[in-house]
Amino acid sequence: MPYIPHTHACVEAMLECIGEKGVDALFDEIPESLQLDEIEGLPEGQDELTMLRELKALADLDIPLTCFAGAGSYDHHIPAAVWDIAGRGEFMTSYTPYQAEASQGTLQLLYEYQSMMCALTGQEVSNASVYDGATALAESVLMAIRASRRAKKAPRLDVLAAAGVHPHYLAATRTCVFGQGINVRSLDYAANGITGDDLPDDDPPIALVVQQPNVFGRLEDVDRLADWAKERDVMLIALVNPTSLALLKAPGDWGREGADIVCGDGQPFGVPMASGGPTHGFVTCRKSLVRQLPGRIVARTRDTKDRTGFVLTLQAREQHIRRAKATSNICTNQGLLVTASTLYLSLMGASGLREVAARCHENTARLAAALCEIPGIKRRFEGPFFHEAVIELPCSADEVSAVLARNAHIFAGIPLGHWYSELENCLLVCATEKRTEAECERYVEAMRSALAP
Amino acid sequence: MTEIPDNLLYTETHEWVREEPDGSVTVGITDYAQDALGDVVHVELPELGGEFVSGEETCVVESVKAASELYAPLTGTIIEVNEMLESRPELVNGDPYGAGWFFRLMPDASAARSDLLDHTAYEEIVEDE
Repeated sequence: MPYIPHTHACVEAMLECIGEKGVDALFDEIPESLQLDEIEGLPEGQDELTMLRELKALADLDIPLTCFAGAGSYDHHIPAAVWDIAGRGEFMTSYTPYQAEASQGTLQLLYEYQSMMCALTGQEVSNASVYDGATALAESVLMAIRASRRAKKAPRLDVLAAAGVHPHYLAATRTCVFGQGINVRSLDYAANGITGDDLPDDDPPIALVVQQPNVFGRLEDVDRLADWAKERDVMLIALVNPTSLALLKAPGDWGREGADIVCGDGQPFGVPMASGGPTHGFVTCRKSLVRQLPGRIVARTRDTKDRTGFVLTLQAREQHIRRAKATSNICTNQGLLVTASTLYLSLMGASGLREVAARCHENTARLAAALCEIPGIKRRFEGPFFHEAVIELPCSADEVSAVLARNAHIFAGIPLGHWYSELENCLLVCATEKRTEAECERYVEAMRSALAP
Repeated sequence: MTEIPDNLLYTETHEWVREEPDGSVTVGITDYAQDALGDVVHVELPELGGEFVSGEETCVVESVKAASELYAPLTGTIIEVNEMLESRPELVNGDPYGAGWFFRLMPDASAARSDLLDHTAYEEIVEDE
């Protein structure tokens, strides 16, 4: 049964009113070659009981593992109050708050979220979120192209990614932007796992994407990269882990002039890993670029009785007004997850967040050092990192992590060979503030016995 | 009643065009257009020196309820923009044919002025809408 609440009679009445014979006529604008009659590989519908049985069988394959993996989704502690409050009906069921007079609670919360994201990233304006970190990067790239004066005259729309931008983020971004003729090229990492000296001298790209910390957990020399971009009138997009900002320099302070656009994934702030999603993406920017910023923006204002209130603002950017010329055609926000992030940040406070970030760094540093005492294991990249590090094993990282999962119920990290074939023996490990000393010791012992001759 | 001065030329997309002694044209949006848009809150001006083909999008005018484009009435080059609109976009509503002008364009020699409408032809378009 389709979950569409229109009866046959309703549909007929509507078609008659607009003078069309069939629903298909409404899709005339889509070329026939792009229309799908059926989707390959989609199974027949199932009854509820069969479906539940199948999903239960799938869920049972999932064994609980102690998590030492990150690469974009992190196992942080979430205070119980976060989801207890976020789960209240008023937050749980609310959608886009177009009707300000009935949505002050949601609007105020979004405004507070935006304020905190601005403070963390060192920018002037924030949207109320987009889908996730990868689409936040794609939107930032499109935004940079729209905002760049050079892009209007450029023969090609080139965007350069510094070394170590997450391969999934690059793939998602390319999917979103290739149709507009935008080419995203990526630099290779140097021997120390960060961007080297191969930034192009001439023919600069429209925008430069810098991930901090990069996908290997390593800290990029962001000041150098930011100044390189500024000197060439290149828009600078900072892709950041928001937890790291409790310790690292805000992107607004990178180099002499700071980043133009800052984006990333809000998952570390109160959103469970949940097998990879949903999360929410954030985008903040300079005020001068606000008209190119996609997504909802909430503003503080005064009502007719001079009381403080909150409203959606600058809506002429969005598709319900701007149609095909909107700043984005996926302009929604992830309201519920943003609610969780706002509550998380409110409960942690600045000092709490700093403590979480510092403990993550210490735990990972200690774990990496302990692992490297095992004969045959060494750090792959020298130099400072935040809360992830790459270790090199004497054999396939895929095989070793399978052994650790099976024998010790430990999720040992992300084997990097799938993304970088030359790193087949490398494992990206992460120990958040949640990992105890005992858990880390258990990991080291499991690794020692997995590698024992 | 919407004001349509008889000394100006018009486009179907609601721009007005004034021919200047030096051969350039000044361009803005009509009284009808500003009224339909409502309070203008932001104007994005074209770049000086920008070259446009007749009918091409030059810049964006944004009101509290809509955003729409200004199209080049003739093929040519932008030689002046009304920077005052950046800080005082409300001039578009208050004085659409005066202080609310958008830009001055130097038409190419080939530019087809005959495509522009006189005030009576434009009046018919407005009445039909």
